[in-house]
Amino acid sequence: MTSPTAAAVISPNTPAVEVEDLTVAYHEKPVLWDVDLRVPAGVLMAIIGPNGAGKTTLIKTILGLIPSAAGEVLVYGKPYAAMRHRVGYVPQRGSVDWDFPTSVLDVVMMGRYGALGWFRRPGRQERSLALAALEKVGMADYANRQISQLSGGQQQRVFLARAIVQDADIYFMDEPFQGVDAMTERAIVGLLKDLRAAGKTVLVVHHDLNTVPEYFDWVTLLNVRRIASGPVAQVFTEENLRKTYGGRIAFVNRDLGALPVEVAAAAAD
Amino acid sequence: MSASLEIQLIAVLAAAACALPGVFLVLRSMAMMADAISHTVLLGIVLVFFVVQDLQSPWLLVGAAATGLVTVTLVELLNRTRLVKEDAAIGLVFPALFSLAVILISRFARGVHLDVDAVLLGELAFAPFDRMVFLGLDLPVALVTLAGILALNIAFIAAFYKELKLATFDPGLATALGFAPGMLHYGLMALVSITAVGAFDAVGAVLVVALFITPAAAAYLLTDDLRRMLFLSVGIAVISALSGYWLARTLDASIAGSMATMTGLVFVIIYIAAPQRGLVAQLRRRARNRLEFAQAMLAIHLLNHEGRPEAATESSVDHLRQHIRWAPEFAGRVVRYAEQAGVVQQQAGQLRLTEAGRLLAQDAMVR
Repeated sequence: MTSPTAAAVISPNTPAVEVEDLTVAYHEKPVLWDVDLRVPAGVLMAIIGPNGAGKTTLIKTILGLIPSAAGEVLVYGKPYAAMRHRVGYVPQRGSVDWDFPTSVLDVVMMGRYGALGWFRRPGRQERSLALAALEKVGMADYANRQISQLSGGQQQRVFLARAIVQDADIYFMDEPFQGVDAMTERAIVGLLKDLRAAGKTVLVVHHDLNTVPEYFDWVTLLNVRRIASGPVAQVFTEENLRKTYGGRIAFVNRDLGALPVEVAAAAAD
Repeated sequence: MSASLEIQLIAVLAAAACALPGVFLVLRSMAMMADAISHTVLLGIVLVFFVVQDLQSPWLLVGAAATGLVTVTLVELLNRTRLVKEDAAIGLVFPALFSLAVILISRFARGVHLDVDAVLLGELAFAPFDRMVFLGLDLPVALVTLAGILALNIAFIAAFYKELKLATFDPGLATALGFAPGMLHYGLMALVSITAVGAFDAVGAVLVVALFITPAAAAYLLTDDLRRMLFLSVGIAVISALSGYWLARTLDASIAGSMATMTGLVFVIIYIAAPQRGLVAQLRRRARNRLEFAQAMLAIHLLNHEGRPEAATESSVDHLRQHIRWAPEFAGRVVRYAEQAGVVQQQAGQLRLTEAGRLLAQDAMVR
């Protein structure tokens, strides 16, 4: 679905995201300290770190939702504002009011609002794109349901369908696996891999350390500072995890390789 | 046009004008902010009045909109210090600005029509005395002003419908897509301020919040669709305004008070009787869920003992009362319900599962 012009402009060597010396603070208390990050195009990347590490803050700052105290963010080599239409965003499911009077189809069509711009109304084309996306996430039967009738996993699928219709080149997803059942988790992983196969870049705030090697090919370990970032095979090491989580992590089953369990965070969630 | 008709028209226009932005106030949980704005706009009116010395000047609306925005900004600034929570911030800002306005009026504007009572409670009955010529017609000023404000509200919501919807449902995505929800927020607040001033004449500052919030809250109970909610909100507001006027005439009481009372009464009726979200519907749903659960329990119980030696005793209707400890009356209802649903059949005091009943029991157990 990528338009030819969009593909032509982006050179394969331009990183999808470049973050340079990014510092974000709430009332002089740093949430992100001097973060540098380069995410190559076409990867499926997990952002992991303990609670309060600034994972959500990082993607919200990249998207311009939170002001930064210092630093620069480039998306495909340009400031975010110039690349808005290439970027898809899936906020945390709990960040919206699911009792809002609207239908599933309507929420998915919101993904087209960016392409429509001010004043233009969604029409037949937006409708059929939204229906196709709902089909993809297995929610076609729910198109006319009111959104308050959805389960947590269904809500997440609707959000993903909305991201699909954005037809972006890079996606930012905030905890898409939170509170979904195993079947929905598998379906979401399948979708993420489809997106990567279509040449998209996907950044996912993730909580479950065990599934990182299985789901992702790139990972960033974050705890206020960037601890490490790169291919999962090189970066997702016991040493880096220790640096990120400190004493809040236990390694069970060491012989089979690191199967880390986040002790304190799991209890805190 | 008779005075009575004019008053009713003004009431309807005021109610409809408030009901439209009211939908977004309710969906954004901003009822208290609307209450605050409807009071603080008085300060804007007073200040502009001192400059232009004319109560009909359109500058009063501009002043009111500006103070509305000052109110919102002050509340946000105070809230952002994190020393005060939002509701407390509203409670701090609005009395401060409002009391300043009250002092200014009582000290410097005595004798002008701008008296505190009229501002607080409105006096719709006097609205027809204040007239102007508009498009060659001799009309009450309030009627022309409110028609203009209603048109402005309709235009704003029609133009920015999609943007308001997105910014209200998911401000994060709205920002990421470049829709400036902050600007829309201030635009909406300016609209609320202007509408509050316009509705002052009709119902006064204390009751205008009833017109903003109540019809929208009632409409919310009736529909799952934002567009329909806007229309319903206006419809409910208009019905409340008209019935309020006639209630006031019957009782020979304040029109403003009667209108606000009717919005409340209409809300209570909808709250009780709304088809899906109303109190009665909820109670009925709960009772049905209870029956359905009991039916599943009955089906599982029968399935467990089906074809066993004890089946005869376990499947008797009397047994249900003893072992499942259902009151006789409730056991009877469950059995009747299950029979009607084709889940069980009754023969000589014995219950037998139908094929559908077996499926239901198996289904209920896997879930």
